[in-house]
Amino acid sequence: MKFEGEHLLPGQVGHFFVLLAFVASLVSSIAYFYASAIKNEPEKRSWILFARGAFFIQFVSLLTVFITIYYLCSHHYFEYLYAYKHASKELEPRYLLACIWEGQEGSFILWSLWHCVLGSILIFTSKKREAPILSILTLAQFVLLIMIVGIYIGDTRIGSSPFVLTRNEINGPIFSQSNYLSFIKDGIGLNVLLRNYWMVIHPPILFLGFASTIVPLGFAYSSLNSKDLTSWVKPALPWTLFSCCVLGVGIMMGGKWAYESLSFGGYWAWDPVENAALVPWMILISGLHCMAVYNSTGNALRASYFFIILGYFFVLYSTFLTRTGILGDTSVHSFTEAGFAMNVLIGIYVIAISLPMLVLFVVRYKKIPSIQKEENISSREFWMFIGSLIFFLAALFIIAITSLPVYNKVFGTKYADPQDREFTYNKVLVLVAFIVGLLTALSQYLKYKNTDKKYLIKKMAMPLIAATIISVLMAIFYPIEYTKKGPGFLIAIYLALFACIFSVIANAAYLKTVLKGNLKAGGAAIAHLGFALMIAGMLISSGNKKVISDNSKTGLFLPFDKDPTGREPNDPMENLTLVKNVPTQMGNYMVTYVGDSNGLEKTRVFYNIHFKKTDSVTNKVKEDFTLTEDVYQMRDNNLSSNPGTRHYFTHDIFTYISTTSVKNNSADTAQFKIHEMGLNDTAFYSKGFLVLNNVLKNPDSGRFHFTPTDTALVADITVYGNDGTKIKAYPALTITNQQINFIDDTLVRQNLYLNLAGLTSDKKFKIGVKESEVLTDFITLKAYVFPYINLVWAGLLIMACGFIVSICRRTKAANYITALSVLLVLAGLAYMFLIANA
Amino acid sequence: MKTSSIIILVAIAAAIGVLLMYSVDFSTYDTISSAKAKPGKYVHLIARLDKSKPIQYDAIKDPNYLSFYATDSLGGSTQVIYHNTKPAELEQSDRVVLKGKMEGNVFECDNILLKCPSKYKDDKKQLEKTVSQY
Repeated sequence: MKFEGEHLLPGQVGHFFVLLAFVASLVSSIAYFYASAIKNEPEKRSWILFARGAFFIQFVSLLTVFITIYYLCSHHYFEYLYAYKHASKELEPRYLLACIWEGQEGSFILWSLWHCVLGSILIFTSKKREAPILSILTLAQFVLLIMIVGIYIGDTRIGSSPFVLTRNEINGPIFSQSNYLSFIKDGIGLNVLLRNYWMVIHPPILFLGFASTIVPLGFAYSSLNSKDLTSWVKPALPWTLFSCCVLGVGIMMGGKWAYESLSFGGYWAWDPVENAALVPWMILISGLHCMAVYNSTGNALRASYFFIILGYFFVLYSTFLTRTGILGDTSVHSFTEAGFAMNVLIGIYVIAISLPMLVLFVVRYKKIPSIQKEENISSREFWMFIGSLIFFLAALFIIAITSLPVYNKVFGTKYADPQDREFTYNKVLVLVAFIVGLLTALSQYLKYKNTDKKYLIKKMAMPLIAATIISVLMAIFYPIEYTKKGPGFLIAIYLALFACIFSVIANAAYLKTVLKGNLKAGGAAIAHLGFALMIAGMLISSGNKKVISDNSKTGLFLPFDKDPTGREPNDPMENLTLVKNVPTQMGNYMVTYVGDSNGLEKTRVFYNIHFKKTDSVTNKVKEDFTLTEDVYQMRDNNLSSNPGTRHYFTHDIFTYISTTSVKNNSADTAQFKIHEMGLNDTAFYSKGFLVLNNVLKNPDSGRFHFTPTDTALVADITVYGNDGTKIKAYPALTITNQQINFIDDTLVRQNLYLNLAGLTSDKKFKIGVKESEVLTDFITLKAYVFPYINLVWAGLLIMACGFIVSICRRTKAANYITALSVLLVLAGLAYMFLIANA
Repeated sequence: MKTSSIIILVAIAAAIGVLLMYSVDFSTYDTISSAKAKPGKYVHLIARLDKSKPIQYDAIKDPNYLSFYATDSLGGSTQVIYHNTKPAELEQSDRVVLKGKMEGNVFECDNILLKCPSKYKDDKKQLEKTVSQY
């Protein structure tokens, strides 16, 4: 059958280049392996040239594939499954790139493109190590491309191509018609959870981080493969620094994204997906420190190898955790089930790269030089090694708990997360923060080999005293109020906070007094300062995070003898209902839901919420602002909420909508029911009763200001709800120019309309009562205050700059290049983290 | 290596090991009947929403009170109370993971994880359902 309106050419072109890249990466890998085994220089050279050619062919092919996918998505060619699944017409153009890396195939292409970029740099810089490093890199490339190659061997399909056609993949009656495309009006589109500007930035950075971890591994391989087991560390150091920097920033971008949009109520939830990225980073940091130790003293070479190889293994393990759906029940991230194929792929990856590396390491272990003489306990290298070890053990602890679903799968057990997952991690890692804080404060002042004790005491005294004073002052004037886990944990928080403050001051003092402001030599001190500041910011912002929408504290609910719903006093009440246009007290704020509007995207609704804070004594308005937060209300009633955040220098007010009223456009069919009531008579409605207290003629009070010449009656009614509420209502009736006007009173919370309909002949009043069936508009809101959250982001920025300074120093970059790179990174990150979404 | 360093290393490793051992109190995945057998113990239930019984939630009256009934594949059934807002997609969910504990006849839940068809757009069946609606 001939199908109408299909565009088959781009898909054929795309798939051709997928295959070309696949074959070229294999050819390149084999040629590089061959080249690294050959001794004969001219022959080696020709193999390398050949391998390079294949490498650049696959680079260009992958770029073409990437551009083709972009083309399919941007032209809404829904005959392609990839475009149908990930793109849609309403999607804003800036999310088109995000469509590409939303899917498995696209994110693998992103990863392999970064391999290509890094490989190109290595071809021109790594000199005699080019062949072994690139052979590993292109092998990894080959394995990644298996995932998207989409060819058949017999009846088994290997990998899934991003260019498959919707009609070939999905069964449906429409595909038996030649004009099926005219039925597909729109694609499924980017998951609304992912429609955030971090979705455009965070995945490329994180994948660059992951992709770059193969470079130190390649250097380690290049040395294990040769007689020279020592000289790899020096050229590999800047690459390891680069990996640590990019991966660290990428992870925290994910944290910022979670903080801004995913309504987890914070930037870090110890979610398995977060942990899976954190663990390789921590192991690489351990490796980095061991490499630095080796570079200066000759110690810790074996540990350097071990951590670099293991770090890469955990990159693969984290890919396994996040992409095979094994985390299904434990993670909030709705990752797709790729199932068996993905398991096979990662299996191949481990067997092809990680295992041989480990075997090579074990075989060559005895030959790796190590110094038999013991490190001095007052030497820098000793404590750096201890720090690396602690970081490594902490990483193992994290991954051990995160791997619970894996144990369940393997052993058939039914263990689940502990009741308080975050606390399980926090109580161990707060101690790690304490030790690491102390070590980063101390280690800069320690010297390699041996440190003079007097020098150390003299230099450490000032930072130690200053940190103690600041910590004590903080405990008095701005105490951490995280008491729900008992005094032991609170003490641990204070200890960690003290250690971090100590580290910030000690590193700042080191930059000033020891290095005399020579920032170029102070990469490590800058990075440690940033890290300590970030951890201090985390301790403060999480320790003093407050839910301000907590009803139980605002006194909104009247005290009952026994709550009709069986509520107990300590049950959480963290959400607050806001009825449209009804001001409600929340914390120190008077909050009003003032209105909503639709966005460009059809399912997106923006809610305007007005906040006002007045001084309780002077009644002066102290803060007055409107937050706009939005909600995607999807076809199947699925709701995805983007928080509204008010940024202050010292804290953020963070709110998101947890429920909305369902829009109901049906007409209000309810009728007024007329009760004839005398004064003090009672009438009932479905949720309570009302009493007519009085009827006033021409009152001049409350919201009515009549003059004696008017003709107006106002009924004074008290409504008693079943839930214990008691509210006054004043429906009125006026006569002007012989016309009767009714001024109804509406009790929004009760959905009750009251009307003074007139008088009866026997001097009773006709009170109309209408209970609306149309729901009033309301939202429920959850609101937090995050104090000093900016310390976290500022710390991260400083840490990233420290890494850049170190990279520049290790590569002996010129001063102006160092300054320029630091400025660029700082400006870019400051814009992304502090300005863009503020 | 000098003995002093080895001792320090071992001590640190041991301290972390001990911390690790005593600190983790794993919960378990349970059926409704096995959860009922251990009231007050924190468990994870894998269940589904009982659509034949009423869902009680009135955000205007109390946004932090949700009550519904859950059943599991073994025929167990229990009332569930959740002191938070109603997840919007609760009615559409295929499967729910409920974290909490049995108290009396009620499952006091402090976290609900929903497995919704719409989240699995890679799921072929879901795509086929969507396509067949054109």
